[in-house]
Amino acid sequence: MLICISSQGADLSSQVDPRFGRAAQFIVVDTETGEAKAVDNKQNLQAAQGAGIQAAQTVANTGAKAVVTGHCGPKAFTTLNAAGIAVFTGSNGTVAQALEDFKAGKLEKASGADVEGHW
Amino acid sequence: MAETGKAKTITIISGKGGTGKTSVTAAFASLAAPVVVADCDVDAANLHLLLSPTVKNTVEFYAMPAARINQDLCTGCGTCHDLCRYEAILVDDDKYTVDSLGCEACLVCKENCPEQAIEAVERLAGHWYLSQARTGPMVHASLGIAQENSGKLVTEVRKAAAEVAESNGLGMVLVDGPPGIGCAVMASLTGADLVIAVTEATQSGLKDLMRVHDLCQHFKIPIHIIINKCDLNPDVTNTVRQWAKGKNAPIIGEIPYDTAFTKAMIEGKTIVEYKSSRIGDRLKEMWQEVVHTLA
Amino acid sequence: MRIAIASGKGGTGKTTVAVALARVMDSCVLVDCDVEAPNAHLFLSPEVSHTQEAFVMIPVVDDDKCTGCGECSRVCQFNALAVLNKSVLVFEELCHGCGGCVIACEPKAITEGGRLIGTMQWGKANGMDFFDAKLRIGEPMSPPLIKGLKRQADLAEAENMILDCPPGTTCPMVEAVSGADYCILVTEPTPFGLHDLNMAAQAVRDMGIPSGVILNRAGMGDNCIQEYCRANGMTILMEIPHRREIAEGYAVGKDILRSMPELEDEFKNMIKTINEGLNNG
Repeated sequence: MLICISSQGADLSSQVDPRFGRAAQFIVVDTETGEAKAVDNKQNLQAAQGAGIQAAQTVANTGAKAVVTGHCGPKAFTTLNAAGIAVFTGSNGTVAQALEDFKAGKLEKASGADVEGHW
Repeated sequence: MAETGKAKTITIISGKGGTGKTSVTAAFASLAAPVVVADCDVDAANLHLLLSPTVKNTVEFYAMPAARINQDLCTGCGTCHDLCRYEAILVDDDKYTVDSLGCEACLVCKENCPEQAIEAVERLAGHWYLSQARTGPMVHASLGIAQENSGKLVTEVRKAAAEVAESNGLGMVLVDGPPGIGCAVMASLTGADLVIAVTEATQSGLKDLMRVHDLCQHFKIPIHIIINKCDLNPDVTNTVRQWAKGKNAPIIGEIPYDTAFTKAMIEGKTIVEYKSSRIGDRLKEMWQEVVHTLA
Repeated sequence: MRIAIASGKGGTGKTTVAVALARVMDSCVLVDCDVEAPNAHLFLSPEVSHTQEAFVMIPVVDDDKCTGCGECSRVCQFNALAVLNKSVLVFEELCHGCGGCVIACEPKAITEGGRLIGTMQWGKANGMDFFDAKLRIGEPMSPPLIKGLKRQADLAEAENMILDCPPGTTCPMVEAVSGADYCILVTEPTPFGLHDLNMAAQAVRDMGIPSGVILNRAGMGDNCIQEYCRANGMTILMEIPHRREIAEGYAVGKDILRSMPELEDEFKNMIKTINEGLNNG
C-alpha cells in the first residue's frame, strides 16, 4: 500500500511537516517494498486559499491510500475523504519515525478535520 | 480550538466600527503583559499608535497575481473584455488594458486569450511585521492602498502571532479584529478560544452586535460582551442586557461615555496607563473576568 | 451627482452624514453600501417595497458528462474545485464566480447555479429612495453584493445618489466608492482618525475621485486633522462639533438634523460648494 507523509524535506530523514495543505513536500512510501519518492507541493505554498484541496488532489494522483500529517483542515479532509484516502493526524518527528508508527498501528485514524479552515 | 501550541487566543471584534475595540485591546494588553498582540484590522490598523512597537522583522505580502495585457501581442479582438465578469478590462480607442483595482485575479482572460497576450503579474500588496511593544511581542501589518486579500493577510498575522507565542513560551494571544462580519473578520475569528464583542449603547451598535453574535454561533466560538458608552441611553443599554441574557452571552462590563479614551490616545497611552481613572479600574475588573473564564 | 461617504476608520459618523445629506438634497437616492453592518435604515425607518436575494454564480457539475479531465480545477485560481475519480468536488465558499471552469470544460459538464450571498431591499423613506442589503452570515465576500445593490439603485433614476460606504480601504470600500463624482471623508480629531483618514484619502486619490473632509466631533481631541489638511492641500468642508446630545440622539436613531437643526443650512451650502467645484473643475 502507498502512504503519503507531509514532509519538510525530500527524504525519510526529514521532519514531518505539521501542515498538510502547505507542506513543503510529500514523501510517498510503498509500505511493502519500502520504496520512497518525494512529490513537490511548492505551488501550494503561496496559494491564497484552498491549498489543502489542491494538496489532496496531488496526493490522490500519487495513488496513496493513506495520509500521515500533523494537522488537517476541513476542506482537505473532505477532499481526501471523497478520494477514499484515510487521514492520520498528530504525527511529528522524522518521516521515517512516522512511517514506523504507521506500520505499528500507533497512529489514530482521524474522523474529521482537527484544525479550522483558513480564509 | 487553538491552532498551534497551547496559547489561548482572544479575539476582540465589534461589528460596528468605532465602538472602542482597539482601545479595549490595548488596555487588556497592558494588563496581560507580557502577552502576544496581533492587529488583524489590517485595513485600518491603529493598535501600533497606542503600543508604539519597534519593528524587528518585516515580511512582504503578495496578493494573487493580476492580469496584464502585453500591448505588443494584443490584436484587440476583445475576447478578454467579453469574458471578464468584473468589468476589469478597459477599452480606450481599441486599446485594451486591465483595471488593476477591479481585477479579481481569476485569469479567465489569460486562459482564453487567443494570442496569449495576457500574463499574470505578482502584486506586492503590503507587509507584515514582527515587533516588540512595551506589552510584549506584537504582530501587525500594513496593507497597500485599495488592496485585496486582506483575509489572507489576516491569516498570516494570526498564524505568526501563534508561532511567536509558542517560541516565547507565552500563553496568550490578543487579537484586535476588524469591523464588519465579512472575509477579514472570519479570518480573525479562526482559532479563537473566546470572542469579546465591544458594542456601544446605540441601536446601530446593538444591530451589529446581533450579527457578530450570529457569526460566532456559526463558528461555535463563545462570545462575551462589553457595552461602551453605556450611559448614552439607558433604554438601549437595557435592551442590550435583555438580549444578551436571552442569548447566554455574558456582559463582562459596561463603560460610561468618557473622553478619557481620546485623551489617553492622544498621549499614545492605553487607558490603564493613563492617570488613574474609573474607566481604567473597570477595565481591570473586566480583564479579571476574562482570565477567570479562560482558566 | 453621486457622492460617496467614506472614512477609513469605523464609527466616525459616515452614516450620520449620509442620512443628513440625503435629507437636504432633492431627488435623492440613499444607498447603504455597508452590507456587513448596515445601519442607515435605523435613522430613516423606510417603507420597504421590494426584497430581493442576491447570488453569485457557482459551478454545478453533471457527473454523467464529466470525464474527470481536471481542466476546471487547473484553471480555477481560487482552488474551489477538486477532481477525484471522475467526480468534481465544488467548494462553493471559495468560488469567486468568474466562470472560468465553465469555459474550460470541454464535455460541457458544467453549468452555473447560484450561491446566496445576501438580501437586498429598497423602498421610500420621507420621499427619498432608500436601498440597503445584508450580507449573509458566514459569507466572506461583500463586494459582489455591494455591486448588485448599486446596480439596483441605478434603476431608481434619481438625480442624486448618496453612497454610505463601509469602513477600511480595501475591496468593499473600493467597490462602494467607485463611480462616485465626489467622496466625502468623515473623520474625527484623534490619532486613529488621522491615521485612517490618510489611508482613505490616498485610496480615493488613486481612484481619481476628488474628495473633501468633514471633521466630526470637532473639539473632542486635538488639531491634528486641521494641520494634516493644511499640509496636504485638502479642504475641510465642514466641522460638526463634539456634543453629547448628538451621540444621545444617534443612540436612539434620531438623525443629526433633528438633534442640531442649525446644521441643515451648513449641509446645503456644502452641497452647493461641492457642486460648483465639480462644475468648474
